[in-house]
Amino acid sequence: MSTHVLSLLVEDKPGLLTRVAGLFARRGFNIDSLAVGRTEVPGLSRITVVVDVDRLPLEQVTKQLNKLVNVVKIVELEPEQSVQREHLLIKVKVDNATRSQILEAATLFRARVVDVTTDALVIEVTGDSPKCQALLKLLEPYGIKEIAQSGLLAIGRGGKSISERVLKGDRA
Amino acid sequence: MTITPRPAPPRSAEPTILTGSGAVLKSLELLGVTDVFGIPGGAIIPFYDELMQQSAIRHILVRHEQGGGHAAEGYAAATGKVGVCLATSGPGATNLVTAIADAYMDSVPMVAITGQVFSHLIGTDAFQEADITGIVMPITKHTFQVTRPEDVPAAIKAAFHIASTGRPGPVLVDITKDAQADSAPFVWPDKLDLPGYRPVTKAHGKQITAAAQLLSESQRPLLYVGGGVIRAKASAELLDFAESTGAPVVTTLMARGAFPDSHPQHLGMPGMHGAVPAVLAFQECDLIIALGARFDDRVTGKVAEFAPGAKVIHVDVDPAEISKIRTADVPIVGDVRDVLSDLSIAFQDLAVSERPDLTDWWERLQALQERFPLGFTEPTDGKLSPQHVIQRIGELTGPEAIYAAGVGQHQMWAAQFIKYERPNAWLNSGGAGTMGYGVPAAMGAKVAEPDRVVWAIDGDGCFQMTNQELATCTLNDIPIKVAIINNSSLGMVRQWQSLFYEGRHSFTDLETGSDAKMIPDFVKLGEAYGCLSIRVTKPEEIDPAIKLALETNDRPVVIDFIVSKDSMVWPMVPQGVSNSFVEYAKDHSPVWEEE
Repeated sequence: MSTHVLSLLVEDKPGLLTRVAGLFARRGFNIDSLAVGRTEVPGLSRITVVVDVDRLPLEQVTKQLNKLVNVVKIVELEPEQSVQREHLLIKVKVDNATRSQILEAATLFRARVVDVTTDALVIEVTGDSPKCQALLKLLEPYGIKEIAQSGLLAIGRGGKSISERVLKGDRA
Repeated sequence: MTITPRPAPPRSAEPTILTGSGAVLKSLELLGVTDVFGIPGGAIIPFYDELMQQSAIRHILVRHEQGGGHAAEGYAAATGKVGVCLATSGPGATNLVTAIADAYMDSVPMVAITGQVFSHLIGTDAFQEADITGIVMPITKHTFQVTRPEDVPAAIKAAFHIASTGRPGPVLVDITKDAQADSAPFVWPDKLDLPGYRPVTKAHGKQITAAAQLLSESQRPLLYVGGGVIRAKASAELLDFAESTGAPVVTTLMARGAFPDSHPQHLGMPGMHGAVPAVLAFQECDLIIALGARFDDRVTGKVAEFAPGAKVIHVDVDPAEISKIRTADVPIVGDVRDVLSDLSIAFQDLAVSERPDLTDWWERLQALQERFPLGFTEPTDGKLSPQHVIQRIGELTGPEAIYAAGVGQHQMWAAQFIKYERPNAWLNSGGAGTMGYGVPAAMGAKVAEPDRVVWAIDGDGCFQMTNQELATCTLNDIPIKVAIINNSSLGMVRQWQSLFYEGRHSFTDLETGSDAKMIPDFVKLGEAYGCLSIRVTKPEEIDPAIKLALETNDRPVVIDFIVSKDSMVWPMVPQGVSNSFVEYAKDHSPVWEEE
């Protein structure tokens, strides 16, 4: 098994996420992470999915996804040809003895402290998956109270856009 | 409300104001729909109220939504047109689910229109509310939910477009009661806004050349014809291509009739109950040209041992089918009719000297055909032979008729022993294997093709699932003919129990036969529905009964043929086993590699 990042350009229609998620489920594919948001084009959304499958089943799932009427385009984003980021919010336990060490760790990771109370800090970090995991590991001994993590976001490098040819495309 | 006439008429006429229901009807009319099958209920009353006030569309009032769904399928399968069924919300809609799943598996163009509770009640567990678009999502090509009357025309137009183009399939349009009742200007869209739906129909020229090249190198080619050829109306192109290449042809359960059974190049049906030459041709060929077929497990047997020496050219309009089960050496995405035309041209462009000599291949196949013709043994229990009954129905009725089957032994015998000469003559539930398909599908086919004789070849189990539609047939002057191949049991399951479960016939006895309790009595049941009903127990009664049925066109006919429960479907490739181990009859396998 290997991890693949798929970027789906989809029409922003009711039930779209169910269609996509349901297809993964019934064809027996596991979703590692999922991120959904709007795009630069009104009416179109983008779904970034991380799946853990072999190459051959991936081809099958891509073809099946392409059959969904509201899925406009699918590209696989290779790590070398794309920028891939996760976003993480970490609530970590602090006291007077640990506060400065934790703040230092956050600085080293170019993370930001976004909430401060006497007994906890909320740290926000953005980065690729190994970086986020490394920070988590570093903070673990202090006591992580809660985390909220986004799905992976990814965008192709260079001047081309996923929506470029779609918009010029023929509409039946 | 009256509209004051304007002094100068605007350049383009003002759109007519219609209710959502009126918009559905107008849309159906613009799409050329003439017949629909349905049954009303609370959430679709506004639509039915307007339906009764028009005459452009004939509505057939069915007795169960599943019957309506299968009728729409039969209508579509007999003609290639989009079949339409209607149901109310909640249980009405869920009763359509089996037929929708069936249409999805067999790529039947169908549009199901369902009523839904008021839009402000959605999500409140309102009376007769069901999330039908959610329920059918995995078994439809697409679904629409319409909550505003102005959205009706585009949704209906898109539904028909999606259902009938590319790989056909079912589309459901769910319309809330308020969207049916409220009014809006009726605007018929010129273009559809479906940026994610662009079925490929024209194949890549490079792939066509590659396919022709493979064909020119092949000593033992085989044309593997699937139901896609029928859906694509490509029978004429197939005949041309087959005759120009001289290659042998097999037609799957879904493709019976796509290529004439009488044609000398036809080896018959492949698969679990296929003809031995058709099954073994796969194992011995060096090239498969798959045309609108999907390498179903009932055709391939054990996939790892399927057609071990063959390269594969796979033609399908659905890219997801290509290399799904068996990797294609030459994948061709396109409409099989266009692809066949292109392939014929590419093949004819090859010099005659480049064309393979198929003499040895045909010698081998003809030897198999002579040694293993389709046949059956007469039962020893004094009951009728089911194969003989079905064969006589086909012989006395002829190839212009339509034959719809249920699912099970009788379906296999009807696929084997009726000779099909034209596409759209054989209707059955191939992928889903839906018992109860036969009677309502025959009804739908008869509505579509009133001048053709339409037989439902049904089993005693299947018949008990959907026979209520005989009421619909009698009342609406839809004189179908039903042959119940009554072996008093769930025959195919019984056959498996006999062969693979040491004869433990667990709950497969239905007690419908003449030496059983005969509940129900199919003759009395048929009479209760107003049908001419006949029981046939002796061989000499078979032909007269069929002839009487063929002469009777003022009402439906039910014939209860009392057949042996010990008759089995042969040949057979047991499940999960290589096609090479096809059994011609019980414990009788062809000698493998006899030369």
